[in-house]
Amino acid sequence: MSATPSPALVWLRRNLFRSPADGILTVVSAVVVATVLYRTARFVAVTGRWEIIEVNLRLLMVGRFPDIHLPRVSISLAVAAFVGGLVAGVVHRRQVAAGTSAVAHLGTGRRALDLLERFWPVLAGAALLLALSRTTGPWVTVAGALAAGMAGRLIGARLPAVVHPGVVLGAVITPFALVAYLADAVGWDGWGGLMLNVFMAVASIILCFPLGVLAALGRRSTLPAVRWVSTAYIELFRGVPLFVLLLMSGAALGFFVPVDAAPGRVVRAIVVFTLFTGAYMAEIVRGGLQSLPKGQPEAARALGLSPTKVTFLIVLPQALRNVIPAQVGQLISLFKDTTLAGFALGLFELLNVSRSITSQDAFRGQPLLPEVLAFVALLFWIGSYTMARESQRLERKLGVGER
Amino acid sequence: MTTARTGRPPLWRDVRVLRVAFQVAVLGIIALVLGTLVGNVQANSERLGIPTGFEYLDNPAQFPIPDSEFRPTQPVRDALVEGLANTLRVVVLGIVMATVLGVLVGIGRLSGNWLVRTAARVYVEILRNIPVFVLIVFAYFALALTAFPAISEAWEPLGLAVFSNRGVVVPWVDGGIAPLVVGGVVATVLAFGLSRWRTAVADRTGAPAHTVRFAVPAVVLVMVAAWLLSGLALSVPDREASSVSGGIRMTPEYFAIFFGLVVYTASHIAEIVRGSIQAVDRGQVEAASALALSGSQRLRYIVLPQSFRIAVPPIGNQYLNLSKNSTLGTAVGYFELARVTSISVGNGAPAVPSYLLLLGIFLVLSLTLSFGVNVVNRRLALVER
Repeated sequence: MSATPSPALVWLRRNLFRSPADGILTVVSAVVVATVLYRTARFVAVTGRWEIIEVNLRLLMVGRFPDIHLPRVSISLAVAAFVGGLVAGVVHRRQVAAGTSAVAHLGTGRRALDLLERFWPVLAGAALLLALSRTTGPWVTVAGALAAGMAGRLIGARLPAVVHPGVVLGAVITPFALVAYLADAVGWDGWGGLMLNVFMAVASIILCFPLGVLAALGRRSTLPAVRWVSTAYIELFRGVPLFVLLLMSGAALGFFVPVDAAPGRVVRAIVVFTLFTGAYMAEIVRGGLQSLPKGQPEAARALGLSPTKVTFLIVLPQALRNVIPAQVGQLISLFKDTTLAGFALGLFELLNVSRSITSQDAFRGQPLLPEVLAFVALLFWIGSYTMARESQRLERKLGVGER
Repeated sequence: MTTARTGRPPLWRDVRVLRVAFQVAVLGIIALVLGTLVGNVQANSERLGIPTGFEYLDNPAQFPIPDSEFRPTQPVRDALVEGLANTLRVVVLGIVMATVLGVLVGIGRLSGNWLVRTAARVYVEILRNIPVFVLIVFAYFALALTAFPAISEAWEPLGLAVFSNRGVVVPWVDGGIAPLVVGGVVATVLAFGLSRWRTAVADRTGAPAHTVRFAVPAVVLVMVAAWLLSGLALSVPDREASSVSGGIRMTPEYFAIFFGLVVYTASHIAEIVRGSIQAVDRGQVEAASALALSGSQRLRYIVLPQSFRIAVPPIGNQYLNLSKNSTLGTAVGYFELARVTSISVGNGAPAVPSYLLLLGIFLVLSLTLSFGVNVVNRRLALVER
C-alpha cells in the first residue's frame, strides 16, 4: 500500500479525474482552454499593437471635448466621487447604527481587502488607463477623484445618522448641476467617448424611473382606460427593437414635430432610451408590486389612509426596495445599449470613436480594429461587471427572494 | 345638529364621477398627443411633398440584395419579404444554437469538474457584460474579415468546414431541406405520441415508462429515413485553390450577426439555466435521495422538470431579445429587415410609413414568440389547488 497521497493529488483526483469520462472531459477542455488562453495572451502581449489606443486615449474617453474645458470633466468626476463617497459613508453609518453592517466588525486590513475584492476591475482599469496615458491629465483626474471619494466617505461617516435635508437635497441635485456645468462649456452634441455613454445611460435611467412607476401603477389601476393606456405603452415598447426606434428617431422624428423644432441627436437618443427602458422598468416595478403581501395595503386602508397615501407611503417604498437589484440590471443593459446610438444616430460614443480612429492617417490600412474593440469591450466589461456584482451583493443584503 | 347625509355627495367629491372624469382626462391627453403627432406628420409630409400612404410598396426598390434572387427592378414589397426571410434565417437558427450552447454552458457551471466549471463561469462573466453590438462588430471586422485567412490558405478543420475571409462554408444536406423538415415534423408527432402511450402504460401497469428508450430510436429512424429519401447525400465543402464547391456558405455578414447573437444570448441563457437548477428546493433533492433515486434519476425526474418550469419565462425573454437584436445586422451589412427598410428610405421611400411598418412587423414577431412561450409556460405551470 502506498503512503497517504499528497493533498494536491487528492484535489486533482476529486476535481479533475473522478472517472474516466471525467478525465477525458478534463483533457478535451484543457486543450480548448489552453488554445484560447494562448491566443489571447499572444494577442495582448505580442501581436497586438496598442499604440493606437495610447494616441487616441482622450478621444475614447471624452470625445472631442475641447482642451481648455477638460478641467471641468476632472472637477465633475471629483465632485461625483465626493458625493458618492458621502452617500456610502452615510449608508455605512446608518447600517452600523442599525446593526446590519457586514463589515463594521472587521479590522481595517480586512475591510481594505473587501473593498479591493469588490472594486478590483475599476482599480485595474484606472491603472491601465494611467499606464496608457501620455499626459498628466489622467493622473490628476484619477488622484483627484480618489481623494475626493475618500474625503466624502470619511465626512459621510461622521454625519449624524439622521441626515440634514440639505445634504440629501444636495446629493440629489449634484448630477443635474454637473451636467449643467459640463453642458455650459460644450453642448451635448459635442460630447463623445465613454463620457457620452455614461451620461446617456445615467440620464435615461433617472428619467425613466418616474415613467416606469407611473406605467406600473397604471397597469394595475382599477380604471380601465388608465390600464389600457399603460398596457399599450408597455407592450408596444417592449415588442419593438431599440435599434429600430433609434434609427427611426434619426430618420423619421423630423416628421413628428413642428418644423425647426427637431431636437439634437443626444436628446433624441435619451428620449428613445427613456421611453424604451421605461417600459421595462414598469414591468420590474409591477413585479415588485405583485410580490407585496396583500395585507400591507389592506392594513394601511384599515388605519384610515387615503388610497394615494397607501400607494406612496406603504406600497411603493416596499415594492421599490425589493426591485433595486433588477433595476441595476436594467441600468447595466442600458449602459451596454448606448453603443447602438453611435451607428443609428451618428453620435460620437465609444464604439463609434473606435471605428473612426482606425481610419486616421497614421493607422489607415492597418487592421487595428481588433485592438481598439478589445479595449472598448474591456471598458464596458469593467462597468457592467462591477455593477452586476454590487447588485448581487445588494440582493443578498436585502434578502430578496428569501422571504 | 346637522341633518343626516342621505343624498349624494357633491360632484367634485363623488368617487363615481371622479373615476369617469379622470379616465376621460387621461384619454383626452393621449388623444391630444397622438392627434398632434399625426397632424405634424401630415403637415410636414405635405410641405415636403412626401406621401404618407403605403403606395410606395409597389415602386421598384432600385437596390440589389446580395446572395438572393432579388432584382433592383422588383418592388419594395419583395425586398421586405426577402429581408424578413433573412431576419428569420438568423433568428430561428440563432435561437436553436443559443439554446444548445447556453444549456451546455449552464450545466457546465454546475459541473463537478473544476476546469469545466471555471471555464463556463469565465465565459458567462465575460460575454454577459460586453455589449452585444461590440461582439457583432468584433465578429465582423476582427474575426470574419481580419482574423480569418484568405481563401487560398483557408482553415479546414477536419476537412469538414472552410473558414476564410469570404465566409464560412459548412456541410449541408443535398437536395434541399424540405424532406428533413417533413421528417422533423413526423418525428416530433411520433415522439409525442409515443411518450403519451408509454406514460399511459406506466400509469396503468406501474412498469417503467422508458419514454426516452422508445422516443429517441423512433426519431432517429424517421430522420434517417427522411435523409435516405432525400437522396442520401451530405454535401461537404471542398476547396480547390480559391473556389469552394458543395456545402452551404455563410457570408461574413451572416457569420458576424449569427456568431455575435449566439455567444451573447447563450451567456444569458446559461445563467438562467444555472439559476433555475439551483432554485429547485433542496428538500426535493433530499426527498428523492431518501426514496433511493440515483443521481441521474434525481436529475431526470425531480430537478430538471422543476427547473424547466422556472427557466421557461426568462429564456423566452432572451429569445425575444435575440430576435430584436437581429436588427443589429444592419451595422455589418447583413440584409435583414431593418437594413432593407433604411436603404429603401435612403432610396426615396417615405420614412414614416416605412418605419411604422418595420415596427409593426417586429411587434407581430414579438407577439408570436411570446405567444409560443406562453403556451409552453401554461403547459408547465403548477396547477395550484
